[in-house]
Amino acid sequence: MTEIRSQDLGERIRENQQEKFSDSLKPATRNPQPATSLKTDQMFVNLGPQHPSTHGVLRLALTLDGEVIIRAEPDVGYLHRGTEKLSEVRGYHHCVVMTDRWDYVSAMPNNLVFCLASEKLLNLQVPERAEYLRVIMCELNRLASHLLFFGTYGIDIGAFTPFLHAFREREMVLDLFEMVCGARMTFNYIRIGGVAQDLPQSWIEKCKEFLGYFKFRLKEYDDLLSFNPIFMDRTKNVGLITPRQAVDWGLSGPNIRGSGVPYDVRKTDPYSVYGKLDFEVCVGESGSCWDRYYVRMREMAQSVRLVEHCLNALPSGDIVAKGVAKMPKPMPGEAYAHVEGSRGDLGIYLVSDGSFSPYRMHVRAPSYINLAILQEALVGLKVSDMIAVLGSIDIVLGEVDR
Amino acid sequence: MSVDIQKFPGGEFALTTADFFINWARESSLWPLTFGLACCAIEMMGAYASRFDFDRFGVIPRPSPRQADVMIIAGTVVKKMAEPIRTIYHQMPEPRFVISMGSCANCGGPYYDSYSVVKGVDKIIPVDIYIAGCPPRPEALQYAVLKLQQRIRKMKPSRTAMATIPQDKGARTLV
Repeated sequence: MTEIRSQDLGERIRENQQEKFSDSLKPATRNPQPATSLKTDQMFVNLGPQHPSTHGVLRLALTLDGEVIIRAEPDVGYLHRGTEKLSEVRGYHHCVVMTDRWDYVSAMPNNLVFCLASEKLLNLQVPERAEYLRVIMCELNRLASHLLFFGTYGIDIGAFTPFLHAFREREMVLDLFEMVCGARMTFNYIRIGGVAQDLPQSWIEKCKEFLGYFKFRLKEYDDLLSFNPIFMDRTKNVGLITPRQAVDWGLSGPNIRGSGVPYDVRKTDPYSVYGKLDFEVCVGESGSCWDRYYVRMREMAQSVRLVEHCLNALPSGDIVAKGVAKMPKPMPGEAYAHVEGSRGDLGIYLVSDGSFSPYRMHVRAPSYINLAILQEALVGLKVSDMIAVLGSIDIVLGEVDR
Repeated sequence: MSVDIQKFPGGEFALTTADFFINWARESSLWPLTFGLACCAIEMMGAYASRFDFDRFGVIPRPSPRQADVMIIAGTVVKKMAEPIRTIYHQMPEPRFVISMGSCANCGGPYYDSYSVVKGVDKIIPVDIYIAGCPPRPEALQYAVLKLQQRIRKMKPSRTAMATIPQDKGARTLV
């Protein structure tokens, strides 16, 4: 819930701000007051850490002038679990378990990026069947993640029904995952050197059946929410991010593509078998909330296409590389790998000192970097639009804080 | 078990005890706080959504602690979040219940040796039901709510004014 601090605290904060941000205050104050108007006061509002629209435990410290936001400051760290430090005392295989819990909505790309970096350190050659299985799982996970976004963004804007529709299909994707690896969310399926196990019987038929069903549902989503006039009024021309801003703030994933910059790691730096696959990079036009939303909807269609392509081209053979040790011990060195996760450019920097556990692991978490733009994008907006912008950035707090 | 509800012949009204009636009202409309912390929150959302449909149990999420009866600690409790959790717990009206969902909230789980994680939410607030799993399935959460309903049935709201569940084993009091 929002919590209004006492006035003296607000005044202290205001004094601080006027010293620090006297320049940034001027353009933000939208309504210049005539000389005879009433005296107005700035207000400090604390959004979060417990708030139904922050999708977790984000705290936003807002300074308001009436309804207009003049300063927004994200406060992170309410879910800081210290995984980067913990990886220094765990083996490489154990670290894969940790990766599931960064971006828990789409855990497969997290597994993948850590395994790619470790395989670079260990000089492993992954069998082709495993590469295809990895791509299938990552794209299915992108579906599950974007479906969750679709449902919760509807709730943020005030439409509850899409949530129920999205979760109906999301459960089907989770069923497919459950058949493969036994888990619904934290998979630990992609392992160093390959994948954990092969597809169970009749999985491919089940998956094809689901994809055939899902294609028609995408049309339903458009009717239900995408082109709903109320939804479009709330999101079109709100929270505009120019391509210049998007690049300057280092956005990635659907957020930068929503601003019209065709940056997708799957195309610009193909990993796994993405170089052989045919898909299109979806870009938006104006960089508004609606564009970012609709990029994700169109990406779901592309993911369906990719999974279908991979299922048809799936080769037979091994699923794990030969010679993966139970406790891998790479030579001293460093490796960087990055993938296009559901939220953007997810990167891992691994340093090995020749022991059983990494010397240092750093995560380039897309949510964390995407979140930073709120400081600029929210200024000048009304409080009600803030929820629309925050939802459209689509952060996962597990990945922001790690 | 005594006779819970006695229906009079003719069927115009029924007699029951105040305890039974209040417990019946409480257990069949347990409103949880929408309070997601981490991974388990997504499974909690799954439990509210179409396939698992928590509405069947009278469980409807409320965004404000003032309107909530039960708090589901769904995810890792880190030290920075411990203070807000306690504040929110105290903002909830009595009687209030706490369900600790998942290994992280029970005991730290995979982060048992992390420097920033509180090893179990029962170190800061009393917990009624613990659910194992990482994350637990939505069915497990629903089973926990059924268990909580069983415990509420044993309460004696007519004897004590502030009738929370008696703190028996497994639950620690607030320090």
